[in-house]
Amino acid sequence: MSNQHQSQESHDHGSVKSYTTGLIISIILTVIPFGLVMTGALSTTATLAIILIMAVVQIVVQVVYFLHLSEGSGPRWNMISLWFTILIVGIVVVGSVWIMFHLNHNLMVGM
Amino acid sequence: MFGKLTIEAVPYHEPIVMVVLGVAALLGLAVVAAITYFKKWGYLWREWITSVDHKRLGVMYIVIAIVMLIRGFSDAIMMRSQQAIASGGAEGYLPPEHYDQIFTAHGVIMIFFMAMPFMVGLMNIAVPLQIGARDVAFPYLNSLSFWLTTAGVILVNVSLGVGEFAATGWLAYPPLSDIQYSPGVGVDYWIWSLQISGIGTLLTGVNFFVTILKMRAPGMSLMKMPMFTWTALCTNVLIIAAFPILTVTIALLTLDRYIGTHFFTNDMGGNQMMYVNLIWAWGHPEVYILVLPAFGIFAEVVATYCKKRLFGYTSMVYATVAITVLSFIVWLHHFFTMGAGANVNAFFGIATMIIAIPTGVKIFNWLFTMYEGRVQFTVPMAWTLGFLITFTIGGMTGVLLAVPGADYVLHNSLFLIAHFHNVIIGGVVFGYLAGFTYWFPKVFGFKLDEKLGKASAWCWIVGFFTAFMPLYALGFMGMTRRLNSYDNPDWHFPLIVAAIGAGIIACGIACQLLQLFVSIKNRHQNIDETGDPWGGRTLEWSIPSPAPFYNFAHIPVVEERDAFWHMKENGVSEQKPAEYQDIHMPKNTSAGFFIGIIAAVFGFALIWHIWWLAIVSAVGIFVTMVMRTFNDDIDYYVPAAEVERIESQRYQKLSNQA
Repeated sequence: MSNQHQSQESHDHGSVKSYTTGLIISIILTVIPFGLVMTGALSTTATLAIILIMAVVQIVVQVVYFLHLSEGSGPRWNMISLWFTILIVGIVVVGSVWIMFHLNHNLMVGM
Repeated sequence: MFGKLTIEAVPYHEPIVMVVLGVAALLGLAVVAAITYFKKWGYLWREWITSVDHKRLGVMYIVIAIVMLIRGFSDAIMMRSQQAIASGGAEGYLPPEHYDQIFTAHGVIMIFFMAMPFMVGLMNIAVPLQIGARDVAFPYLNSLSFWLTTAGVILVNVSLGVGEFAATGWLAYPPLSDIQYSPGVGVDYWIWSLQISGIGTLLTGVNFFVTILKMRAPGMSLMKMPMFTWTALCTNVLIIAAFPILTVTIALLTLDRYIGTHFFTNDMGGNQMMYVNLIWAWGHPEVYILVLPAFGIFAEVVATYCKKRLFGYTSMVYATVAITVLSFIVWLHHFFTMGAGANVNAFFGIATMIIAIPTGVKIFNWLFTMYEGRVQFTVPMAWTLGFLITFTIGGMTGVLLAVPGADYVLHNSLFLIAHFHNVIIGGVVFGYLAGFTYWFPKVFGFKLDEKLGKASAWCWIVGFFTAFMPLYALGFMGMTRRLNSYDNPDWHFPLIVAAIGAGIIACGIACQLLQLFVSIKNRHQNIDETGDPWGGRTLEWSIPSPAPFYNFAHIPVVEERDAFWHMKENGVSEQKPAEYQDIHMPKNTSAGFFIGIIAAVFGFALIWHIWWLAIVSAVGIFVTMVMRTFNDDIDYYVPAAEVERIESQRYQKLSNQA
């Protein structure tokens, strides 16, 4: 607990400015795909691609501005946690897409 | 005003339920009356309900686990007796819609409200003590986690008397769990009890992850951590990685049920197979969340009672980490038969078999620790030996089921039921009960009765084999799971044997409760004066029993792996420190309690569509959180003189003994 108390004062956890920047970029990155879906301005494929790109960019923005993992000066396990997270998210996303593709193919959904 | 809630929600026409409710109400009244009579409300509020002490929270978690074990086991006994009766097409005494709720409740309660609280409780008690810390990293968050878990428990139990519980199986697959096929409130009880307690579990995961990484005693590098702390660390990593998947999946199901989206129904491009995929992407890591700490407990128990350092510590650490990663690439084996084709099935089948290798490494670690050790046949050792045999059998049937071809024959049969009970009872339950006996004196200051503990272990082990070996056979005979009634007369005899087995396990649970009662009654004969009743190896045994609220008067400096053993060998374990210092401690808070209780009300309001109450309670949660955030009066110092007074009592006792 004593650690917890000191760390609030001594460590730099970003400024109001960096949090606001992160928040504004996040909102923009959310509004763009939302708007695209609501207006139907682009084709389905293009919309899906943009949603995906915006989602990935948003993850990076949040990691940099809210989780402060960009500094590189943090302890080693900071980076290990980040890589572990990327690994697990990768496994779950790629695995799910692979599995669902197979299931849809075998069950002939959409035919 | 009350949404869907009417007086008809109370199942007064169902005698079984009403008798249970009556007994529960009487017991509850008796407890309230006793607390009032002995004037303990203030004590309960100050020392327990508002406590942020990790040991107290651990005890409360385990109390919940034991209560829910009894409730979940009652469901098991009802299922076993129903199947023993309902042969040849007979109806038995449980109608289908009631039977469906019982097997759903059994699974949900045993995993979420028995095993999880038990695991978190043991982690709460042991981890800070093992790493030489005075509390967890975020004590208030710890209290909040506990009360959110309690909110989930309250909702599950309320479903017994108000409305119904889900009748969908413990993972509530759509489309059955969707509003079209389950229009009642059962699935909503399932959703909100899991969602609220799941957030509590996630917070626990974050809390203990930080605690283990940041609050270890000086000198304790990662490779000097006790084995239980290592497994707890890996379990918390798994919680942080896996529980968000559960939260999102249930949230999507909630949207399907509440606002008419179609994530998991075929209309408008939804896909129910995605639900199965996602829920198991959480569900398989969950299995390892439960069993890894049990592995850690066995490692501590074996090393302590064999008077040897753990054989192959490094290999065991690597095995644990390997399981942590591998547990994320096997989830498809829960739905081999959904139609994913040969390549996918082969990949996940082989991955599943590979996970048996690090697990096998651990089995040999424990066996070789015992080899040429001075084995003391205590109660935790009885559980450990029972585990080694039972779990190995369960593991082998698991590898068998990992062959997709075999799984096509055996999936959804009682063979599967026998397999997962084999590993969960043999691994998880035996492990937690061993840990319960092992750490009990550290928390309460006296040991548990040996004879009754052994009787309990024997009943559990014999009862387990009697109850579940027939289920393997029944699986081969073609009996599927979740049957309310059947007409194949060949199944009748094995099911009677299984029911007898459940009765033997009931004796085991009775011995356990009797053991608690007898041990409390005879506590003066079993007092642990030294703080080190078993000749322990790790730091928790270096402090008095019961552990003082600040745990360590002096934060120890760690030089070797079995830190306390090392101190004892160097003769410095009983050295009195030259002087004491003020100790910085967190203050108790009622915020966690209030947020938890209001969260239960919030869940109840959403289940019954009482929207105004949902809004009021959501605001209540938010306001309580904000008030807590602006409260600066959260810590205090224990003066050095007070520490010295408490500690000198212990040195007095030690010198009396010598």
